[in-house]
Amino acid sequence: MSARAIKVTVNGVAYERSVEPRLLLADFLRHTLGLTGTHVGCEHGVCGACTVLVDGDSARSCLMFAVQADGARIETVESLGTIGQMNALQEAFHEHHALQCGFCTPGMLMTATDLMRKYPLASDDEIREGLSGNLCRCTGYEHIVRAVRAAVGRAKDAPS
Amino acid sequence: MKPVAFDYVLAESIDTTVAALAAAGGEAKILAGGQSLVPMLNFRLLRPAILVDINRIPDLAFIDERADHIAIGALTRHYRLETSPIIAEHFPVVAEAMRHVAHLAIRNRGTIGGSLSHADPAAELPMLALLLDATLHVVSPTGPRAIAAWDFFLGPLTVDLAADEMLTRVTIPKLPPVTGWSFVEVARRTGDFALAAVAVTLTLRDGLIGEARIAMTGIDETPKRADEAEALLAGRKLTADLIDAAIAAVRANVNPPTDLHASSDYRRHLIGVLTGRALADAWRRAGGEKP
Repeated sequence: MSARAIKVTVNGVAYERSVEPRLLLADFLRHTLGLTGTHVGCEHGVCGACTVLVDGDSARSCLMFAVQADGARIETVESLGTIGQMNALQEAFHEHHALQCGFCTPGMLMTATDLMRKYPLASDDEIREGLSGNLCRCTGYEHIVRAVRAAVGRAKDAPS
Repeated sequence: MKPVAFDYVLAESIDTTVAALAAAGGEAKILAGGQSLVPMLNFRLLRPAILVDINRIPDLAFIDERADHIAIGALTRHYRLETSPIIAEHFPVVAEAMRHVAHLAIRNRGTIGGSLSHADPAAELPMLALLLDATLHVVSPTGPRAIAAWDFFLGPLTVDLAADEMLTRVTIPKLPPVTGWSFVEVARRTGDFALAAVAVTLTLRDGLIGEARIAMTGIDETPKRADEAEALLAGRKLTADLIDAAIAAVRANVNPPTDLHASSDYRRHLIGVLTGRALADAWRRAGGEKP
């Protein structure tokens, strides 16, 4: 149960910390590093709120131990932009009212970031399918889909 | 909602993994993608004394084409199966099914070895292993062993793996030419575990079904092949009547569970509907005449 030393790069900053093996990556980011942008919802991989990028790929940070991230490059919602200078996806969320309480937003943004890199998101169905692993308890899904559609640079689906 | 404390072993090789498992005398678990294991740890449904992390073992994630089969390393992630050109060419049914496996963030981490060893009775990969007559290769401190997928799944979350054994590789024989395929699933939400799913391959010979394979999940304690329906189909041309007969045979031979999401009767009905659709799809893809 002894603590282990790890080195991780989070949002471009290198950290060296000693962690207990059972410490979840989500708790490491929030409690050890103080990066509270990553939210913790269900803690069993269902809600998607804690989604971050690990070496460029989205992952649920409640389903990884910090010790496993040794040597990894982590990106959290804090990497996307600042209040004064949001990135294009954040701008689209702002523009389309894609957040209400904001709890799910970090996970939505990090998930959408990976989805946009890996899939064409050529239809609203594909966007909905991609976001289906992220829960919004305000149920503001329609606006989130609109924001991602805008970020992809696509017009609304024609009614079928 | 936090795991109990455990000792963490970062494995360097398959040999050191099985040695650590054996030394722990049943108190250790392998940590691969962690997408099923870590929720169980967080809920404290599992309290292993030791976790053996295999994520850094070299050469454990691969998809290799051989003369008559495809070999897949146990640490191969779902996303790689979903996007592999080799899988798309030889087993398009797998590529199609992978889109139904959970969500991208989980497919990025989850592994084929983990899914097969975990053996959720509603998961897609165990049924695909059955469909494709896969062989599972495991290693223990006393040496390697090969198990037919047919013999591997014993019950819900229960497989033929001893506490000191590790699944290292899956081999899948290539399908004959003129094989049509289909994968159909109904889940309450995209990416959820299946209420029921059916995968089919139909290999045509002289315009008739030479070999039919039907695998099902969500309908019993383990995934199953529909032996009776497969036997009915062999040597015949697919017609509407034959589809109905296959559906009846499937419904008569499954024992679906009732749970919060669906009753046993509903699942039995559903498995028949999905079987009919999958057979018609596979027949069409194989180039058969319209049924």
